Parts: sequence; structure tokens; C-alpha cells
Amino acid sequence: MRMITGYLAPDAGEIRINDILISEENQAIKALIGYLPENNPLYLDMYVKEYLRYVARIYKIDQPWKRISEVIGMTGLSTESHKLIRSLSKGYRQRVGLAQAILHDPEVLILDEATSGLDPNQLIEIRQLIRDLGKEKTILLSTHIMQEVQALCDRVVIINKGIIVGDGNIHMLSQNLSNAYRVEVTFSRPVVDITLREINGYIRHEDAGSNRYIITGEESTLNEAIFDFAISKNLKILEMATIRESVENIFQQLTTRAS
Amino acid sequence: MRAVYLRELASYFSSMIAYITVGLLLAVLGLVLWVFPDFSLLQTPFAGIDALFEIAPLIFIFLIPAFTMRTFAEEKQAGTLEVLLTRPITAWNIVTGKYLATLSWLAIALLPTVIYVFSIYQLGSPPGNIDLGQIAASYFGLFMLGAVFCALGVFASAQTSNQIVAFVMAVFFCFVLYYGFYFISRIASFSGSLDAIIESLGIDYHYHSISRGVIETRDLMYFICLIGLCLTWTWVTITKRN
Repeated sequence: MRMITGYLAPDAGEIRINDILISEENQAIKALIGYLPENNPLYLDMYVKEYLRYVARIYKIDQPWKRISEVIGMTGLSTESHKLIRSLSKGYRQRVGLAQAILHDPEVLILDEATSGLDPNQLIEIRQLIRDLGKEKTILLSTHIMQEVQALCDRVVIINKGIIVGDGNIHMLSQNLSNAYRVEVTFSRPVVDITLREINGYIRHEDAGSNRYIITGEESTLNEAIFDFAISKNLKILEMATIRESVENIFQQLTTRAS
Repeated sequence: MRAVYLRELASYFSSMIAYITVGLLLAVLGLVLWVFPDFSLLQTPFAGIDALFEIAPLIFIFLIPAFTMRTFAEEKQAGTLEVLLTRPITAWNIVTGKYLATLSWLAIALLPTVIYVFSIYQLGSPPGNIDLGQIAASYFGLFMLGAVFCALGVFASAQTSNQIVAFVMAVFFCFVLYYGFYFISRIASFSGSLDAIIESLGIDYHYHSISRGVIETRDLMYFICLIGLCLTWTWVTITKRN
């Protein structure tokens, strides 16, 4: 993260943003990036508007006050915009952090743990804001909260000790992993375990009690095969659901497998 | 550079920092020059304010480090320096912006002491019997001395994220540069050989040379080089990370 923003120099490899090598056009690249660092450092003794005016001056923004009031509106800071940053709650400080990151309308937004330490209401609002911004901009979001990944991200890269262990959208990642497909079925009456093997594409199953079975098999045919099986055995299917791998699961499997 | 400069200046004057430091400087100078008998201008037989230029460097050795200790240390501590360095502004512009803000403060701190000059001017017999040229040169010398102390303070502040450490380092640097070289040059074994050279390395020597009323190029160059060196080191420090 810090290397992408130009704070640290990479010790190996190279970084390109919009196909421009970072070291080549440092200042130009920096103007393309909006950055909200991990613990969101702010000048506590400045006023919200004063701080944004200062940031606007660095980026040489035209008509700064117009843009500042626009951004204050976008981040929902209007009621707090006359306050000292020191007196703001964590959620509002986070909004100030976002406001300074998007002030110069960057093409790429880098958010490091943008939602840590927020209460559930603030969390929803900030996520909504990030989602709205993501419609027009490239957002690079780092987080440890897996629900957030599920809620916000189109593409997920999982890095374990500096090595990329997973890259793709969540759906793809989960399929790559559990190369097999699981379905939870509830039949109207108990089934003799062995007969389940008659299901086309069957790999294994677990008995989850009270007529529920978790069946692992070939994705393409399993649902149909279970249905056919039920008909042939004269069973009624009361409930049938595909089990989706949770992101936590994917994350755990990917990171432990690599190490 | 302008953005950083304006922010720094605003932060001095929107907090107590500027008022306390300037107030303290004027209070101490006022007491020493007018009230305490040892240096009192009213006791001296001549109309002059040499005492001001003797006392001020001593106060500056402590006051300027106290003022400059936060410039980088505070931003390092809070992590705001990291954000600042990821913005499209060069490290050199950050350093000069902050440094020029400290110089502005220095000028503002020195400005009110002109009243003392005016008082002495009026007290002279007849009024106006005072060497204004020499006083102007002394002011210039004092400003240059303060400018070097500011550069040292900014440099010390960039070395650490702890403001106390920055303060102590800066006081030490100022002291060594102001008095240290003079004391070293007095060591007996240097006498007659190196003493003049060592003494000329110190600020003291050049400051008094200007205070006589002659602004020489070599004194000027000495101050400018020292400031340039400090700021370059500061720039190097904040540019190279880990």
C-alpha cells in the first residue's frame, strides 16, 4: 500500500498505475491517487473546512470552496463541517479522511482499513459511500473484515506473507477451492446411507440429522441427480439448498494451505 | 510549498504557541534590558542597545528549539507526514515551507523590539544621538543567527518523532555552534596555530563580526551555507525512509 502511494520505494519489482511507472512520474502519479491510510492521521487542531482548504491548496484545485462543499455533502459532513477535527467522533473523522482522499477527484482511491473501529450504523453509511464512489472510480480496499469483502468488492486478492494465494471474484475463488459442490437436502423420511451412492456424480455425504443430508458431488449434474434419486426412491424433497463457501472459509483455506 | 507554509503559520497563530513564545521573548528581554540593573540600558553611559544583542542569542538557544521542536516530530508522531508525502508535493517544498514559516515567526518575534531602539533614540542626549547603522546591522546579524537556530531546530525535529528529544538535540546543536567552537579554540594546545580557524567555525565569531556594523560577504556566506546544510540534511532525512 505504502509503495503504491509513493511513500516507500519498492525493493524489488515495479509499480504501474494507469500504465505509468511510479518512479518515472512521481508527482503526476501522486495527483491521480487518493489515499486514506490505516489509522487515518489528521491534524487534530485544524477545523474540518480549514483542513480541506489546505488539502485543496496542495492539489491546486480550481474553485476550492465549491469542490469542498460538494465533498462535504457527499461524505455527509455538513453538520460537523465547522467543528475542530479533534472534537469529531471516530465515524466523522473517518469521513474527513475520505473527504480529503476524494477532494481532488482522483482516478484511483486507496483505502486502507477504511471502516475499522466504526459502529454498525457508521459502517453501513461509509460502505454505502464507498460503493457509490466505486461506480466511477477504481478503489483499492484493504481489509481484514470478510463481510466487507463480500459487500463491496468485485475482485479479491488474498495475500499471505507477501504471496498472492487467491485472485478473482469471490464466486470464482470459492469454486476453485472446494472443486466440488455441496447441496443440503431434507427428505420427507430417513434414507439408508448406502443408497445415496446411487446419485449420479456422488462423491461423499454427511448425515446432518433429522433427515438432512449434505451431499458433495459434481456441480453440473448434482441438483438434477438428487431430484431423480428422490423420484426413484419415492422420496419427497422438503428443502434443497446449495451451500456457498463463506469468505472467511475461503480465506482460511487459502492462507493455511499456502503456509 | 505555499500550502505547507500557510498551514504552519496558521497553526502557530491559531494555537498558543506563537503568542507564548513571542510573549516570553519580549518579557525576558524587557526585564533584562530595562528592569534588572546588571544589563539595564538606563544604567549605561552611552545610548546604545548592545545589551539586547548580547542577551538575545542566549534566549534563542532555548526558545527557538522549543518553538521548532514540533515542526516534523509532531507530524511524524501523528502519521500526518506519511499522508503529506503521498501528496503531489516534493519533500523539498515541505521542508522549505515549514522553514519559511519559522522564519516568519522569528521576524514577528523580533519586530516589537524595535520599540526599544526608538526609546533609546529618544533618550539619547541630544535625542537621536545613536548609531542606527550599527543597530540595523546587529538586527540583521541577530536575524541570521535566529535563522540558523531555526534550521538546526527543524533538522533536529526531522530526526525523531519525540518532541522532547528534538528539543534537547536542537539546544545541543545551537549551543555547540554558538559557544562550543569558541571554547574549543581556547584549549591551550591550539593557541597560536588552529585557534583562529576553530573560532571562525562558530556562529559567535560571525555574529559579533556583523554586530560591529559591517556586513561582510564571508559572514553572510557562513550563515547561508549553514542554513543550506541543515535544510539539505532535513530533506535527506525525510526522503530516505526505512
